[in-house]
Amino acid sequence: MIELFRNPNYDFIGKRKWAYIVSIAVTLLGLLTLAARGGLRYDIDFTGGTLIQVRFEQPPAIAKIRASLATIQLGESIIQEFGDAREFIIRLPLVAVGSEEIARRVQAALGGDSALGKFEIRRVEFVGPQVGRELQLQAVYLVLAGLVWIALYLAFRFDLRGGVAAVVAVFHDVIVCLGALSITNREFSLPVLAALLTIIGYSVNDTIVAYDRLRENRGKFVPKGRTFAQQMNDAVNQTLSRTVLTSLTTFFSAAVLLFFGGKTLEDFAFVLFVGVITGTYSTTYIAAALVVDWTNYVEGRLRRGKKAVVKA
Amino acid sequence: MPRHLRVRVAFVVLVVAASVWYLYPPQKAINLGLDLQGGIHLMLGVEADKHVASQTDRAAEDLKGALERKGIGVKRIAREANAAIQVELASPQSWNDALTVVSEFGSFERRDENQAAGRFTLVMSERRVNQLRDDAIRQGLETIRNRVDQFGVAEPTITRQGSQQILIQLPGVQDPARAKALIGKTALLEFKLLDERTSIEQALAGQLPETSEVLYGREVDKQTKVEHKVPYVVLKRTLLTGAELTRAEVQADPNSLGNWQVAIEFTSTGTRIFGEVTEQNVGKRLAIILDGTVYSAPRINERIPGGRAVITGQFTVDDARDLAIVLRAGALPAPVVILEERTVGPSLGADSIRQGLIAITASAVVVFIFMLAYYRLSGLIADVALGLNLLILFACMAAIRATLTLPGLAGIALTVGMAVDTNILIFERIREELRVGKTPRSAVEAGFRRALRTIVDTHLTVMGTAVILLSFGTSSVKGFGVSLFIGLGASLFTAYFFTRLLFDLVYMGRRKVEAISI
Repeated sequence: MIELFRNPNYDFIGKRKWAYIVSIAVTLLGLLTLAARGGLRYDIDFTGGTLIQVRFEQPPAIAKIRASLATIQLGESIIQEFGDAREFIIRLPLVAVGSEEIARRVQAALGGDSALGKFEIRRVEFVGPQVGRELQLQAVYLVLAGLVWIALYLAFRFDLRGGVAAVVAVFHDVIVCLGALSITNREFSLPVLAALLTIIGYSVNDTIVAYDRLRENRGKFVPKGRTFAQQMNDAVNQTLSRTVLTSLTTFFSAAVLLFFGGKTLEDFAFVLFVGVITGTYSTTYIAAALVVDWTNYVEGRLRRGKKAVVKA
Repeated sequence: MPRHLRVRVAFVVLVVAASVWYLYPPQKAINLGLDLQGGIHLMLGVEADKHVASQTDRAAEDLKGALERKGIGVKRIAREANAAIQVELASPQSWNDALTVVSEFGSFERRDENQAAGRFTLVMSERRVNQLRDDAIRQGLETIRNRVDQFGVAEPTITRQGSQQILIQLPGVQDPARAKALIGKTALLEFKLLDERTSIEQALAGQLPETSEVLYGREVDKQTKVEHKVPYVVLKRTLLTGAELTRAEVQADPNSLGNWQVAIEFTSTGTRIFGEVTEQNVGKRLAIILDGTVYSAPRINERIPGGRAVITGQFTVDDARDLAIVLRAGALPAPVVILEERTVGPSLGADSIRQGLIAITASAVVVFIFMLAYYRLSGLIADVALGLNLLILFACMAAIRATLTLPGLAGIALTVGMAVDTNILIFERIREELRVGKTPRSAVEAGFRRALRTIVDTHLTVMGTAVILLSFGTSSVKGFGVSLFIGLGASLFTAYFFTRLLFDLVYMGRRKVEAISI
C-alpha cells in the first residue's frame, strides 16, 4: 500500500502567526499590484469593443499588420500573437461604427496589403457599451452572491465563526488570483470569472472537509487536556492525506489544461492553477486558524468574565 | 446475491441503460455551442422608438390630409419628440371644425391648447406607444425569422430577450458577414420622385425646399473598383413602399453582362398606386431607394400598368439573392443595432473541440493511472465510477437539450476533479478505520458513512455556486454552470449508489473478507 502520510502530526496551527504574516503580505502584494497597474485589465467582454482573431497563411510581421490597420482609423488597436506565429488577435476600442462595418474594414485593410498574404478571420466578438456595463455589474454580483451563499451555508451547517472565517479565506484566494492575473499581465475575461467562481467553490470545499472533521471529533468525545487549537490541528492532520491527494490531482488537471488546453483556455487554467495552491493553503492557515483565534478570544473573555463574577 | 443487492444492481443498470438511450446516436445527442461548432451569436437591440416616430409621422400626414379635405387651412403640422404632433391652424376660426377632425384620431390626446393662436399638441397615449413598441419587436422577430429561413440555416435560434432585444444564434454559418448583413438590414424599400426643379449644386449649398432632401447612391468604377457617392435631390413624400410587394426574384441584368437585378411584383393595391404614380408623372424620374440609399432613378416613359419593376445596381448574384430575400421577408418596422456579437469560424470551433478533448482526456488519464496505482482494486472501482459519472453527465445534458460550450468543457474537467476527490475522501477514511483496527467490512461501512456527510457538504456548496452561475450568468458562463451542476449531481449519485454497490459486490458476497485492496 502506498501511503503519503502515516498518522501525520505536524504542528500547522501552532505556526499560524507566521502564516498570518505571509497571508497579509501576499494579499497586500496582490492589492498593490492591482493598484500599481490601475486596476484589472478588462477584456472587451467588460469594456466593450471588438476582438478579431485572424490566421495568416504565412507568419506576418506584426508591424505590417499594425501599419495596414492604421489606415482605417478605428482607434488605437492592440495586436497580439495568439498561440502561434500565424495567429493574431486584434482588439479595437469602442467606436461609433457598427460591428459589421468594423469587420468589413479590417478585412479590406488586411486584404489590401499583398505582403500579408492570405488570411482567414476566425473569430469576431463585438460587445457594445451597454452589454459591457451589464456584464461588469453581473461579474460583481456573481462573486458576491457566491460568497454570500457560502457564508450562509457554512453558518447553517457549522457556526457563524466557521462561515465568516471561510469567507475571509475565500476572499484572500480571490485577491491572490487577481493579483497573479495582474502580475502576469493577463486580462479579466468571462472565462476568468468562471475560473474565479470555481476557485471559490474549491477553496470552500477544502475548508468544509477540515471543519467537518473537527465537528465529528468533538461530537464523539471532548478530548481531555487538548486545547481547541490542538483539536483543530488534529482535524487538519487527519484530513491531510486527502487534502494533499486531491490538491495534487486537481493541480495536475489544471496544469494539463494550462499546457495543453490551447490559448483560449489558458487564462482560465492559469487562475485554476494559482487558485488550487492558494485554496489549499488558505484552508489551514486562514479558515482554520481564524476559527481557532476567534474561539480563543471568545473563551478568554468568558473565562475572565467568570473570574470577575467569582471575585465579586 | 442477496435481494437488496439485486435491487440496487437493477437500479444502476436502469440508469446506465437510460443514459445510453439518451446518448444514441452520439453525433446528434449533444448540442454543441457556437464556440465549438462555429456560427454567429447576435444580440440585437430594436430601436422601437423609431417605429413609434414613423407611426406618428404617418398619423401627422393623415391628419393633414383630413384637415385639408375639410377645407381647414394648416399653417404648420410637425412631429415633436417621438410621439407628439404639433398643429398650428391657419386661422383660429376653424378651431371647432379642426377639433371634430382630430377627435377621429383616437389614440392621441390633446394637450397645450391655445385656441386664440389656433395651436395645440397631440400626444399619443401611453398604451398605444407601448403597443407600438411591442409590435416593432414582434414584427422584427418575425421578419428576421423569415429571412433566416429563406437564407437556409439549420436549427437557428431566434428569440426575444428582455423587453427590446432579440437574440439570434446561427450555428454553422460559413459566411458570417453576409448573414449579418441580411439580418441587420432594415430593408425599407421606397419609391420617391426626384426633385428636378432643384439642382444638386443648389441643394448641396443648402438651398433646399422643405419638401425635398438629398440622398446618395453608390457607384463603383468598373476599372479602379473605387466606390463613390452620387447625390440625388429627392422629394420627401413616399409614393409607395416595399410593404406592397408580393414577389421578388433574381434575374440576369440584360443590359450589363455579369450583373444581376431583382424583379419585383406589387400587390393589387400596389399595382394600382404604381399605375397612378407612373401615369401622373410621365417624363419624370422615379428613385428606387433602399434604406436611404438610391439604387436607381429611371425616367418614367409611360404608365406602367402590370405592377412590375426591376431594381438594378451592379449586383453580384449573392447581393441580388440577398436583396430578394429581404424584400420578400419584408422590412423591419424599426432599425436594429448590434449590441453584442460573437462569431466563430468553423475551423476555430473544430480546433477548440480538439484541444478541449485532448485536455480532458489527458487529465482523465492522469487521474485514472494515479487512482489505480495508489488504491489498486479500489482505484479501479473509482475509475469505473468516474466513467459512469461522465456517462450520466453527458446523458443528462442530452436529455435536457443543454448546449455544450467551451467553458462547459472546463466545467466537466472540474467535475472530474471533484468526483475523484469524492473517492479519495472515502478511501482515505476506510484506510483510517482499518488502521484503528476495524474489520474490513466495518471499515468500509464506517468509511462510507463518515465520508458521505462531508461529500454532501462539499457538493452542495459548489452546486450552489453553479446555480448562481446559471441564474445570473451570460451564455458563456452559463455553459460552465450547467455542466458543473449536472456533473456534481452525477458525482453525488455515483458516490452514494454506485461506488458503494461495487464495494458490496466485491466484498459482501464472500463469507469472510481478509483484506481490502485499497
